[in-house]
Amino acid sequence: MSATIFEKGKNGKSHSYLPPHDCPLEKLDLPGRRKSALDLPVIGEQDLIRHYVELASKNYHIDKGMYPLGSCTMKYNPVVNEELARLEGFNGLHPLQDEEDVQGALELMYNLQEALCEICGMSAFTLQPAAGAHGELAGMMIARDYFRDRRENRKTVLVPDSAHGTNPASVVTCGFTPRTVPSNEQGLIDPAVLERETGPDTAVLMLTLPNTLGLFERDIARVVEIVHRAGALVYMDGANMNALLGIVKPGEIGMDIMHLNLHKTFSTPHGGGGPGAGPVGVRAPLEDYLPVPRVVKEKERFSLRQRADKSIGRVHPWYGNFNVFVKAYAYIRTLGAAGLREVAENAILNANYLMKKISQWYYLKYPGPCMHEFVVSGKNLKDYGVRTTDVAKRLLDYGLHAPTVYFPLIVEEALMIEPVETEKKETLDRFAAVMERIAEEARENPSLLLEAPLTTPVRRLDEAAAARSPELCWSGEERK
Amino acid sequence: MFPEECKYTKEHEWVFVEGDTAVIGISDYATGELGDIVYIELPDEGSQVHQMDPIGTIEAVKTVAELFSPVTGEIVEVNEAIIANPEIVNKDPYEEGWFIKVKLTDPEELDVLFSHEEYAEFLGEQEE
Repeated sequence: MSATIFEKGKNGKSHSYLPPHDCPLEKLDLPGRRKSALDLPVIGEQDLIRHYVELASKNYHIDKGMYPLGSCTMKYNPVVNEELARLEGFNGLHPLQDEEDVQGALELMYNLQEALCEICGMSAFTLQPAAGAHGELAGMMIARDYFRDRRENRKTVLVPDSAHGTNPASVVTCGFTPRTVPSNEQGLIDPAVLERETGPDTAVLMLTLPNTLGLFERDIARVVEIVHRAGALVYMDGANMNALLGIVKPGEIGMDIMHLNLHKTFSTPHGGGGPGAGPVGVRAPLEDYLPVPRVVKEKERFSLRQRADKSIGRVHPWYGNFNVFVKAYAYIRTLGAAGLREVAENAILNANYLMKKISQWYYLKYPGPCMHEFVVSGKNLKDYGVRTTDVAKRLLDYGLHAPTVYFPLIVEEALMIEPVETEKKETLDRFAAVMERIAEEARENPSLLLEAPLTTPVRRLDEAAAARSPELCWSGEERK
Repeated sequence: MFPEECKYTKEHEWVFVEGDTAVIGISDYATGELGDIVYIELPDEGSQVHQMDPIGTIEAVKTVAELFSPVTGEIVEVNEAIIANPEIVNKDPYEEGWFIKVKLTDPEELDVLFSHEEYAEFLGEQEE
C-alpha cells in the first residue's frame, strides 16, 4: 500500500510559486487559539499532484469499465449534463439569493417536480431528500403524521424480505416497528400471507418494486387492495425505477408514497462521486405533509413556500442538492417520454440476456423473466471449496467491478447483477465470458479464486477486523 | 458439552440441557455459513423467551441472522464474553461460544427439536 499524504509530508519540503508576503504578520491572540502546531503535511506541489493522480489511477469507476453492482444502477452519466450543471447561472448561485434573482433555478426545480409527477403518476414531489434512505425516512414521517392527524395509532410497517436493506432501518428511525413479510417460492409477495399479516395496527406496506430479486410483483393489484382495505398506506422504494420508466406509473397502481433515486435512474454520478438526491412523491391526500420549503408557481412567478401547517418540516438545509436536479432534468428533457421508456426496455433486455447466459454456470433460484437486474447464487461452486466472495474477488483480477454480493439475504451466496441499459452487447458478452471462465477455474484450479485478487493494489482486506474494531480517525501516528 | 449430546433447531441453534437449565448456542454449520461474526445482540438476563421466537441478532461481515430461542423460559445468564469478543463464537461454537442459559418452563418442548443425528440428516438435505 502506498504511503499516505501525511507520511509523505512528514518533514517534507515545500516549494511555492507564490511570491513571499510583503506585509507585517499580525499575530492572532484569540481565546481558544490552539497551542500545539497543526502538523499538516508539508509537500511540494508536484509531489502533491503526483500523489493524488496516483491514487485516482487506482480507482475503478464507470468511466473505466462495466460496473454491474446490483441495485445501484451504475449507468453512463452523459457529459452534457455535467456541462449544464456547471453553467455559471446554476453553479454560481447562493442559497440566500433573493427569489427574484433565481427564477430560472426555481423554474428548473418546479419543472423537474412536474416531470417526476408525470413519470410516476403522483400528485406532488419534493426534491429535498439528499439520498434514497433519506427519502425513505421523509416518506415514513409523512405516513406517521398522516395517521397522527387521523388519530389512528398504527405502529407496524410491513416490509417484504425482498425489500432493500435500508427500508426496515428507516422504519425504526421513524418510530415504527418493522415486520417481515416472507416471500413465496417465486420470490414474490404472497397475497394470502400478506392478508394474514395485515391488520388494524398496520400503518404501511413498504415494498421495493421491482423487488431486490429483480422481479415485478405480479399480484401488485391484489397486494394494494389488501393494504388499502385495512386503511394502511403503500410505500414504494423506487430505487429500481429504471425498470419501470415509461411502462408503469406507480401512482396509477396504488402507490401512496414513493421515493426516487435521481443518482440511479436519472443518471447523475454517484458512488464516491455523488452527491445524490432522493425525491419523494405522494398522492393528493398526502400532499400537505411534504417537507417545506416547497417550490411553487403562482402567476408565472416561482417561489419557495416556507410554511405549511401539516408539513413534516425541513429535511435538508436550504433545498437539497441543486446541481443533481440540473443533471436529472437535462437527462429527462434530452430523452423525452419515448427515450425514457427505451431506457427501461433496454435495461430489462440487457438483464434478461445476461441472466440467460450466466445461469448456465451459476445457480438461478428464481427463474425470470427478470426486470432490470437478477440474482444468481455461487452455491453450486461450494463443492470446490469456493464461495461467492471468491468469485467476486477473482472478477477484480479480470479488471471488472464485482456485482453486489450476499444480498438479498433470501438467496444463499447471492450475486446480484444489474447490467444497465448503457452497456453494449459486446461488453455484456465479455462479462459473461469472464463469469464462465471463473466458474471453470473454480472447478479446475480453485486456489486461483481463493487467493484472488492477485493484481489489485491491495489484496484481501481483513473485513472482520474492520467491522469489529474500525479505526475511523487518522491518529497522526505512522503505521507500523 | 459435545455436539452429539445437543438438540438442534432448523435455524441451527443447539441446546444442551443440564437439569432444568438449557444452554443455547449456534452450530458450527451456522458459524461456517455466517463467516466472521462481528456483532451480537442478546436480550437481557431475566427476560422471558418463547420457543422459536427471534430473540437476538448475529451480524457477520457479509450477512445478518436472527437468533431463535429453541425453548420457552427465563434467561438466567447471558454470555457477556461473546458480546465483547464475537470471534469466540467462530472459534468455539460449542463451549466458550455459548449464547444464553434459559430456565426451562416446559421440558417437553425439547421433543420437537432435532437429535444430533436428525440434524446431520437435515443438513444433508439442505446441501442438495
